[in-house]
Amino acid sequence: MTAVTDRQKLQYIAAKAADARVNVELETEGMTLNIGPQHPATHGTLRIVARLDGEQVIEAEPIAGYMHRGYEKLAEVRTYPQITTLVNRIDWLGSFANEVPFILAAEQLMEVEAPPRAQWIRTLLFEMSRLGNLILFLGDMGVQLGAVTPAFYAFRDREFVLDQIERVTGGRFHPNFDRIGGLKDDLPKGWLADTKSVMNKVRDFCDEIEELLMGAEIFTARTRGIGVIPKDVAQQYGLSGANARASGIDWDVRRDNCVGLVYPELDWKVWTHPDGDSFARFWVRLQEVREATKMIDQITDGLPSGPIMAKVPRIIKVPAGEAYVATENPLGEMGYYIVSKGDLTPFRVKIRSASFNNVSITPWILRGVYVPDIITILASLYFILGDIDR
Amino acid sequence: MADDTTTDAPATDGPTDEVADEATEDVVRDEAREALLALFTDALGDAVVGSHILAGKDLWIRVSNEAWRTAADIARNRLGAKYFGFLSVIDWMPSPFGRSMDSEVDRRIAGDEPYSLPEGSFETGYAGGDTRFQVFARLAHINDPGATWGVTLKADLDDETPSVESWTSVFAGADWHEREAWEMYGVDFVGHPGLRHMYLPTGFEGNPLRKDFPLVARQVKPWPGIVDVEQMPSDEDEAAPSDAEGGES
Repeated sequence: MTAVTDRQKLQYIAAKAADARVNVELETEGMTLNIGPQHPATHGTLRIVARLDGEQVIEAEPIAGYMHRGYEKLAEVRTYPQITTLVNRIDWLGSFANEVPFILAAEQLMEVEAPPRAQWIRTLLFEMSRLGNLILFLGDMGVQLGAVTPAFYAFRDREFVLDQIERVTGGRFHPNFDRIGGLKDDLPKGWLADTKSVMNKVRDFCDEIEELLMGAEIFTARTRGIGVIPKDVAQQYGLSGANARASGIDWDVRRDNCVGLVYPELDWKVWTHPDGDSFARFWVRLQEVREATKMIDQITDGLPSGPIMAKVPRIIKVPAGEAYVATENPLGEMGYYIVSKGDLTPFRVKIRSASFNNVSITPWILRGVYVPDIITILASLYFILGDIDR
Repeated sequence: MADDTTTDAPATDGPTDEVADEATEDVVRDEAREALLALFTDALGDAVVGSHILAGKDLWIRVSNEAWRTAADIARNRLGAKYFGFLSVIDWMPSPFGRSMDSEVDRRIAGDEPYSLPEGSFETGYAGGDTRFQVFARLAHINDPGATWGVTLKADLDDETPSVESWTSVFAGADWHEREAWEMYGVDFVGHPGLRHMYLPTGFEGNPLRKDFPLVARQVKPWPGIVDVEQMPSDEDEAAPSDAEGGES
């Protein structure tokens, strides 16, 4: 026999009371809660209208479109080189990564291939933008749960990465650096050595975050088992990137369908997590940041020399045809479906952005969760508004 | 990571094929994708009305409008393409506005006269097509390292009242994509639980991504990048006569 503590007694009473509530089915008046469009927890202008029963969500509907810029229409009246300026602004935290699939799709239509050095530097900058993007996520996830400190660390360490991107491209957020057939410029002198030290800083940041957040009881309590997405549902909604891998889907465009980048030549690992909850999504992204630093180290070591631009005509006309090329962007699979009719401009550009699919699962996943978990789940799904609205 | 990662076709497509790709353009074959196409044709029968294989790159299959939902069902439940990439629509009509930087049609102002599509004046893309609008979607078989593949499905839509069966009963994620296609192209998805605006304000009239919907910014501004610099005062004097004709002071 064990003695019954006061705490256990109270728990028992609370459980009985909860049962009673369920059994009597107290009539609670439904309530509609509007979150956003401007709200610190919505990462921009996403609005969520949730119908509540007490603390539980019966139905939630995300309302997007506050930032729709119509890039698919605009792309039809821009020449191919001009379009990179537009698509830079889709996922603004990892801008360079937006340019790459578009350029690769155009290159596929033109049957042009960038020289090896350009491919390596593309991959390098691609992973740099992944860092710039995901570091902020790692800090931001804490903020959503009330831990403000990690965000400051994240902004501090992301700056090192952005500085490196700026030194190459001239822009912190909108590099506009990728060209059909190669890159605008080569790397500046001394850049590779500095990048190595930045990678060390980023790895330290990962350790720091791991200690700060994943060691914290509140963090695990509020993320473990919250917002579970089963494998099958994830695929139906087209979840990609870390969101899919956190649901145990072993799939990474970088490994399984790599076009025009040098991932097959690098030694890295695709991390998956079987749980599919908010914690898993955070954990997978944390590992991805570490893998990215490893990849960047390998690229800086093995960077081949040579030209950075293939021979392309000065005025770019893309031959008629269709191409869909996707890459593994920080937020997930991002692809461009380009239809060309041989003009200076594309005939149709369908932008398949990761966040659009990732967020379309919210009505499904928010059903039945408690109000504070809405914030955690949205934060862990991780989206950029420009990537939903395009 | 080194094993056939550059292809998204089921197995076999080794590096030898890639080399052949570049050497002999005409005789190149993509057996993996041909096998995949055969699977689709077996399952769908006559519903497959067109197909296109770009060896080593991609596969396009066009199905009849009636078989659109069935094709998704078979792709997902029988062939294993469980991953829903995206769904959208193409308007194949040549744009009456701003088709290209230097084309004549650019100068046409919206609202001059109703634009009518010249008979047989447009051509469709891979896997063919007979109508102005086509719905297309991307599915993929994933979660199977080394043997992933993707396919683009297409179907023709009626010119006057474009409509097709909704995919939402097969892929729940098609919901938002169909809402977007509905508002941007005016395509009706039969069986969709609630076609309402995704991006545009309620009550917006017109379907912005249709080719005959004018992009107003394009009408009032010169081609971006063509005129980057303002005219210097001295240039203005020289340019004055031609400007005067335009009625500007």
